Amino acid sequence: MPFVPHTPEETQEMLACIGVDSLDNLFACIPAGMRPKHFNLPDGLSEYESCSRLEDMAGRNKHPSISFMGGGFYDHSIPKAVDALSGRGEFLTAYTPYQAEAAQGTLQAIFEYQTVVTRLMGMDVANASVYDAGSALFEAAMMAARATGRTRFVLDEGVNPLYRSMLNTLTANLSMKILTIKRDKTGLPDLNALNGAIDGQTAAVMVQNPTFFGNVLDYTDLFQQAKTVGALSVLCVYPVMQAVLKTPGEMRADIAVADGQSVGQPLNFGGPYLGMMACSKALIRQLPGRIAGRTVDLEGKTGYVLTLQAREQHIRRAKATSNICSNQALCALRSLIHISLLGPEGLIKTAERSLELSRYAEAKLCALPGVTRLNNAPFGNELALRLPGPAKDFYASLAREGIIAGTLPGHWYEGEENTLLVACTEKNTESQIDRFAAALKMRIKP
Amino acid sequence: MKTIFAQSSSGRKGVIPAKPERTAEDMLPKYLLRRTPPRMPQVSELDVVRHFTALSRKNYNIDNNFYPLGSCTMKYNPKFMEYAASLPGFALMHPLLAQQPGGESMTQGSLEVIHETERLLAEVTGMAAFSLQPMAGAQGELTGALLIAAYHKHKGNKKSKIICPDSAHGTNPATAALAGYEVINIASKDGVLDPQILGNALDDSVAALMMTCPNTLGLFEKHLPELVEKLRASDALLYYDGANFNAIMGRMRVGDVGFDVVHLNLHKTMGTPHGGGGPGSGPVGVSERLVPFLPGPCVYKKTDGSFALQDNLPLSIGRVTPFYGHFGVFIKALAYMLRLGGHGLARASDFAVLNANYMRKRLERVLEIPYNEICMHEFVASASAYETHGVKALDIAKALLERGYHAPTVYFPLIIKECLMFEPTETENKATLDKFCDDLIEILEQAEKNPENLRAAPVNLPVRRLDETKAAREMVLVDEV
Amino acid sequence: MNIPADLKYVDTHEWLRLEGEIATIGITEFAQEQLGDITFVELPAVGTHLSAQQSMGAVESVKAASDLYSPVSGIVLEINTALESSPELVNNEPYTGGWMIRVKCTTPPQGLLSAGEYAKLL
Repeated sequence: MPFVPHTPEETQEMLACIGVDSLDNLFACIPAGMRPKHFNLPDGLSEYESCSRLEDMAGRNKHPSISFMGGGFYDHSIPKAVDALSGRGEFLTAYTPYQAEAAQGTLQAIFEYQTVVTRLMGMDVANASVYDAGSALFEAAMMAARATGRTRFVLDEGVNPLYRSMLNTLTANLSMKILTIKRDKTGLPDLNALNGAIDGQTAAVMVQNPTFFGNVLDYTDLFQQAKTVGALSVLCVYPVMQAVLKTPGEMRADIAVADGQSVGQPLNFGGPYLGMMACSKALIRQLPGRIAGRTVDLEGKTGYVLTLQAREQHIRRAKATSNICSNQALCALRSLIHISLLGPEGLIKTAERSLELSRYAEAKLCALPGVTRLNNAPFGNELALRLPGPAKDFYASLAREGIIAGTLPGHWYEGEENTLLVACTEKNTESQIDRFAAALKMRIKP
Repeated sequence: MKTIFAQSSSGRKGVIPAKPERTAEDMLPKYLLRRTPPRMPQVSELDVVRHFTALSRKNYNIDNNFYPLGSCTMKYNPKFMEYAASLPGFALMHPLLAQQPGGESMTQGSLEVIHETERLLAEVTGMAAFSLQPMAGAQGELTGALLIAAYHKHKGNKKSKIICPDSAHGTNPATAALAGYEVINIASKDGVLDPQILGNALDDSVAALMMTCPNTLGLFEKHLPELVEKLRASDALLYYDGANFNAIMGRMRVGDVGFDVVHLNLHKTMGTPHGGGGPGSGPVGVSERLVPFLPGPCVYKKTDGSFALQDNLPLSIGRVTPFYGHFGVFIKALAYMLRLGGHGLARASDFAVLNANYMRKRLERVLEIPYNEICMHEFVASASAYETHGVKALDIAKALLERGYHAPTVYFPLIIKECLMFEPTETENKATLDKFCDDLIEILEQAEKNPENLRAAPVNLPVRRLDETKAAREMVLVDEV
Repeated sequence: MNIPADLKYVDTHEWLRLEGEIATIGITEFAQEQLGDITFVELPAVGTHLSAQQSMGAVESVKAASDLYSPVSGIVLEINTALESSPELVNNEPYTGGWMIRVKCTTPPQGLLSAGEYAKLL
């Protein structure tokens, strides 16, 4: 029996000690009428057979030879040391660090992770992570609602549509009003409309940088406007680009969130990633989830503990800041190790190479007949293009050749049927872009 | 130990993944750029490897330590599951690919993993359908509460309350509140829920009862059929918190006995590692009447045997995750279920219950066991008798750490004084349990003879007891180096 | 257990000192002992209208959090800002330096306990 170590003799001895004569009798408390109607599961397999089954399934996925997919999830290179270190059983098979003396490794790592997040975002404090950026956005909204006593939100359409859709689902049974501000005709945030929508009833304005369409903005004025009417500002960012872009702190955001996928997590078909959350010190008691703090032991030696736990569900129950319990500790550790390995220079070079390639792509692709940029505003490593015809037709045709052209915003935005988002990371190359441009050119009718 | 920031030397390089020719200033206007580079550690790769290896050695973990942490199911995490999750064929898949033109045909293997895992979980639990999308147990609970809300709204029911027993996990009332419900707490009687007490709390405004079975005292809820009947009569739904599911695989299916919603913690029952606090995976299963409300998109099998995504689900509560939850976690659960099979899963529960009862019997002479009857996969004991020696449950926990064991859960459930909650799991052998019990018995003898030793424990770990009050008052939450 | 005779009490373990229509409110020695080392005190803003038995804030210790209930109906005139940086005052001087809020009562307080009556509850 896999993973059950008992010998038949031991089982008998243990049953005798308990005073029952069979394993079945341990379950005598379950009435006959409540027994399973059936339990038709397959027979167990050997380890080799189990692995083969999964290898077969993995083999039924087809990997594109070239991909420019982004849409909030980016294929950046991950140093192998990240896997080697985070895969150590000492990290992997530990529980939540409730017994601090026996969990200093995890606790110090959380403390260092919090430091990395605050330095990346230019904010005061951070928590130990939530599930992903979408849940971070939801938690940020809940923070703002509690801090302001208000329930109305101004949400820009340039925030990732997946996160916005999560926010709508998760708040559906609450008395919150989310006003989504439509992008302008070129796919940029409509700053006038955003400004106009913020009033004394607004709990928070929520925007993203770079936007889903890849544009880079400075929201300082918008956040200032929010502040004057007592509303908070929430900014969703992209950690890799944050190595070079103006920080949420520099823009005076109150809460910053991000998906930590791009720093140390494989794409993994959607997870696990991590939601990074940071805020100003004034909001610390509204922050959900675990937080590690530095202290001393009774001999004065430095150590770390989970702190401010009175905010959390296991103490405050129905009045907790959130219901979150498990977070993304191992993913946060991966992000910490990844960022430590790269250092400031590695992070900046990664961002710059991604920017550089996306500019190369701009030059090559916009040279094709009928291909233009959606707008001429500054952009990061993701480029919004207008194609001469329905983007999905080009996309499907290129996919058959093993080229994933990017992401189609038309899936979520009306009127963007001809738009294609092309993302580059340092893992792409100029020659891939050349191949893509040539393949696209062949498909454009003169 | 120094932080990674304290080891930084200006100009020392780690891993530089790219060599761009242009700088950010070349490519973007200055007003969009950060004023100073992020102050990240400047260390070598070897510095990083040494630092995190040293940190890892300051952790207790299943690979090194017996971990009888009640309600947390710290069983062995089989190593082959890590291999399965790391297969490049899975790990490199982009979350948006399946929904792009031509994407379904490129992601058949991953879609099959989802379909197969959901199918097996439905059979294990007896639910009509499963969704793997919730990213952890608490998000599974929230998804469940939203499903309950959508069901009542669709029926035109006006329901504003959710009932939670006093023994519930803290996430239950927190979830109900987060989903917009008023939380009604009810007391247990003789360690279990009482139909009379439930009846008194039930009225037309109750949307659901959230419970777990066996409950957090490790006791089977013997009045379950009556509870189900009462709830049905007022169109309230029954929610099952799967935290304790490791007790009953193959012995009871929650769908068969009338539960409407269940979340499982795959990082407990299905042996996926906890990672120092996550990532988990909290799939949610539903009875037939809640299927239309499940989060979207969902994966189905076409008549030709291929797999496809359905996103046109008019009654769905919507999206709870970027794509389909923690694929990298639930694929390990699939590996586990394939390896164990139905027989192996049922045996896992049998031996989890055997181990818990064996420990209970071995410890009943030294610890008060408030409900000293056959328990399920865990049991609670009270150390209040040792308070006369000035020894608290926490001191016993720390003394166990000193001997190389992770402590049991302390001070939960809240309804037992000086509570210690033991869950040995099925993967521990008799010798480990015996040694642990012998050591605990010796610790409890010490509690009477030399209580100051327990109050001073632990002395042999990387740190002694830490000043939590100082941490909370001073709030040093980031490194200032 | 110190239960000053010149104060009034409620069964949720708050004390109050009445001077005309002004009430000074804090938590009792028993309450602070039950909570342990207090790490944070959340108080209502000056100008808040409170009604009797309504939650007016919370006190947190490392392992517990407890709501504060207003023993009277009235308007918050002043809060003890010293508690922001020194929450331990509630532990060390619950009846003096650890006071929490000053309220102008809008209706005469009702159902208050004397020191003797409160002592019987403990």
